[in-house]
Parts: sequence; C-alpha cells; structure tokens
Amino acid sequence: MDTFVIDPANTAWVLLSAALVLLMTPALALFYGGMVRSKSVLNMMLMSFSALGVVGVVYLLWGYSMSFGSDVGGLVGNPLQLFGVANLADGDPSDLMAGHGVPAYAFLAFQATFAIITVALLSGAVADRLRFSAWLLLTLVWSTLVYFPLAHMVWGGGLLSGAGPIGHLATPMDFAGGSVVEIGAGVAGLVLAVVLGARKGFGKDPMRPHNLPFTMLGAGLLWFGWLGFNAGSAGAADHQAAIAWVNTTAAACTGLLGWLVVERVRDGKATSLGAVSGAVAGLVAATPSSGYVAPPGALVLGLVAGMLGAGAVGLKFRLGYDDSLDLVAVHLVGGLVGTIGIGLFATGPDLLDGARRGLFYGGGLAQLGAQTALALAALAFSAVVTAAIAVALRRVMALRVPAEHEIGGVDLALHGETAYEGIASGRLASGA
Amino acid sequence: MKLVTAVIQPHRLEDVKNALQGAGIRGLTVSEASGYGRQKGHTEVYRGAEYVVDLVPKLRLEVLVADEDAETVTDVIVRTASTGSIGDGKVWTVPVEDVVRVRTGEHGTDAV
Repeated sequence: MDTFVIDPANTAWVLLSAALVLLMTPALALFYGGMVRSKSVLNMMLMSFSALGVVGVVYLLWGYSMSFGSDVGGLVGNPLQLFGVANLADGDPSDLMAGHGVPAYAFLAFQATFAIITVALLSGAVADRLRFSAWLLLTLVWSTLVYFPLAHMVWGGGLLSGAGPIGHLATPMDFAGGSVVEIGAGVAGLVLAVVLGARKGFGKDPMRPHNLPFTMLGAGLLWFGWLGFNAGSAGAADHQAAIAWVNTTAAACTGLLGWLVVERVRDGKATSLGAVSGAVAGLVAATPSSGYVAPPGALVLGLVAGMLGAGAVGLKFRLGYDDSLDLVAVHLVGGLVGTIGIGLFATGPDLLDGARRGLFYGGGLAQLGAQTALALAALAFSAVVTAAIAVALRRVMALRVPAEHEIGGVDLALHGETAYEGIASGRLASGA
Repeated sequence: MKLVTAVIQPHRLEDVKNALQGAGIRGLTVSEASGYGRQKGHTEVYRGAEYVVDLVPKLRLEVLVADEDAETVTDVIVRTASTGSIGDGKVWTVPVEDVVRVRTGEHGTDAV
C-alpha cells in the first residue's frame, strides 16, 4: 500500500452504514419476536441481543483476522495475525476499503456488524426449544467455523473469489453477502432445524405469531438498516453506493408486492405478515446484486424472491422440518435468487475485474456459471460444516430444553422472566 | 336479588350501557370473554399456515339487581344488543342469595 490518505466523506459514510447495520440486529429481534408465541418472545429477542455480545467480542479477538488476515490455504485468514486488533494501521492489507481512503477500523466496524446479524439470523430456525447455553456456544462456534471462513473465501481473496478456481470462468460477485450471509445462514437454519427436531405440536397445535405489529416495526427497521448494509458495501459515497441504495429499495418493493399476490391467489387474502416477509425476501435478493445490476434487474429479482419465498413457506409442513421462522423461504431462496440472478442482470460500470455482464446484457453464460458455482459452493460448505457442528454439540451437551419447559415456555424456564403481566403480577420477595 | 348475565357482541357495549343507564340501572361489570355458539369460528393464515380459530371475542356483562328490576334489565339488553345476525349472544338470570357492599358492610338489596 502506498501512503494512505483518509477520505473523510467515504469514512463517514462507512461508519454511518456500520451503525445502520448494527441496528438491524435489534430490528431482527423485533421481527422474530413478534412471530413467536408470547411465552418465548424474550428468549427469541435475547438470542439476537446475545449474538451482539458474543460475536462482537469474537470478531475483535479472531473474527476479523480469520476473515481478512493473511490467507491460509484459500480457506481462512490466519486467526493469530491480527488477533485482538490492538494496532491496526490505516491502509493495512486487511482493509479492503483502503483504496477508498477508509481506515481499517472503519472497515472492521462495518464487517463486525455483518457477522453479528448473520449469526442472529440462525435464531429463527431454533425458536422455542434450544437451551440458552447451547445457543451461546453455537454463536461462538458457528461464526468461527462457518461465517469467518466464508467471508474470507468470498471477500478475502480465498477459494471462492476471483483468485480461486471459479475465476477461470469469470470473477464471482457477491456485493454485500448473498452467499456469505444469506445462503450461509439460510441453509444453516435448515440443518439446525433438522438436527434439533421440531417443536412439540409442530404442524398440529396452533403456533400463531403473538404480536405482528412488532414484526412489522422490525421489518421497517430492517429495511432502513439494510440501506447501510448494501449501499455501505460500496465502501465509498459514490455512484455504486447510490445505485445500491436504489436497487435495494426497488427489490424490497417488488418483493413485498410479489408475496402479496401469491397469498391473494393461493389463500384468498393478502396479509401484513406476508407483506413484510416479501419485503425482507426482496432485500435478501438485493444483498448480493444491488451493486452490480440496474434498477430494472433489481425490480425483477425482488419480485422473483418474493413470489418464490411465498411459495416455499409451505415446504416445511410437507417435508416435516421445523424451520420455525422460515430461513429457507426468506434467506436461502432469496439468497439464491440474488446471487445467481447477478449472472443474468449484471451490468454497468461497477463490475469487478474479470467479471462479465449478465446473460440478459450480452455477457453470455460465463458470469451465470460463476454465480451458480459460488452459490452452490457456499451452500455446500455451510451445510456440511453446520451439520458437523450441530451433531458434535449434540454429543457433548443437551441442545433442547426438557419437554415441560418447552410447553410451559422458555422465557420462564430459561430466564426466569415473562414478557407480559398477567393477572398474577407477583409480589416483592422480602428479605432476600 | 338477581344476577343478570349477558354475553354480547363487543361493538354493542356502548348502546347497551347507555340504555341501562337510561333505565336507571346504576352499576354493571364488563369483562372480555371468548367463546362460540352457533356462530362458529373463523380461519386465519400466517405464511401459508392455516389456523382454525374456534373462539370468537365477546363481552360478558353482569348486572346485580333487585328482583323486580331483573326483567327490565333483560329486556333492555336484548333490545339494544341485537343486530339480528347470528352471534348476538345470550342473556340469563339467576337468583342471588346475598350481596355485601365492601365499603359499608351493608347486606341484601341495600347493597345492590
């Protein structure tokens, strides 16, 4: 790196974007918290907040180094090289935004918030039944063995970047984490749901969302934060950031409409939960693609993600896996649509070196092949390693709460608190 | 003394309450209730999962009156709670052995 000169505008934008992405984790707590039953809302929200705690610390200790430190075999960064990030120089080789005049600590701040929200997403698959100690351990192990290696392989110059084998076809592109975040967490949710087993009464007893206004507020805040997630991924306050902002919102709009149309035709009524689910599915599809496509492409990708997501929510009942809050339908499906869709819609001046325009913009099949390879490789990696983690954890500890705790509610059983005051509001225990 | 209990449609409460006040009835207790009769329930769909909700939200009114007022109360409630559609509810009356006003300790009709 030549002498590093800080760019105040770009640095300000990245720091603000990091704050926006940080807000997405409490937003996810609301989004998910409203969808579970009232007896487990605190546990569900606490899973997101505790991901902030655990992954925030892990990221500083070895997460940043494993993601963007010096390469080890194309799989992962050396965890010891930048362990603890005590003295990270501006313009450090790990700082992928240095070319935009953004200091390494700003890049780290932005990336840390990505790791946190990705891990928090997993809580949707394990609702109402995972022991809290098992969750804390899972956040530590999964971020270390799945998220950081994936971030390194895709963004840190590893096996799934242009420097890897896919690069012979074309440079695979993932703007803000369609493979690293969405496919990685989506398929991991499926694996965890299978290993953990279904909730008591799944598919039989009613498990209605207890507070959809929470869920809608959470979705609104997610949308807001996602503008930092995607437009901030440009690493600069520039043309690509602007188009990413527009594409992100465009995809959310059509995702929302697409989900509603499917519901209206299939179930007879358009629902509020469907609207916000569709918006999030569109945001997911925009994540990998928003920096590389034009707005018409973003409109189509959001619509496809919304409609396919609405179609995929029924799968868990037919196949019998309790992906409680639909990581598969929203994140896996949307992530695949956005990541592979780049191969169809990529265009404009912001493509990576070695990447091609999409099929619909005269670039032929090369980029489509590279994107498909990236999506499938990320899916396979996360599925295999998550399965190994889940099975290993199940051997060393009980993952599920006892049946009576699940039936009575994990808020009271695990945390000794309840979200809502009933008729019996208790009295102060004296003398304790 | 009599206890008149009514289960009514929630949106009829204001009219019933005003009519009872107009008839000189000085107190009533309202609680939220849910149940079903011939009206049956409805279905709700969340992300494609359909739930049959059997219990419909209702309000339960309880009015304590002297024997001679019971029929008036029943008539007023039936008249004002009615919309003519299924699910309008029911009104029933039972005898009450004793009533005590907590503040004064008065018994019987004095306490009503």
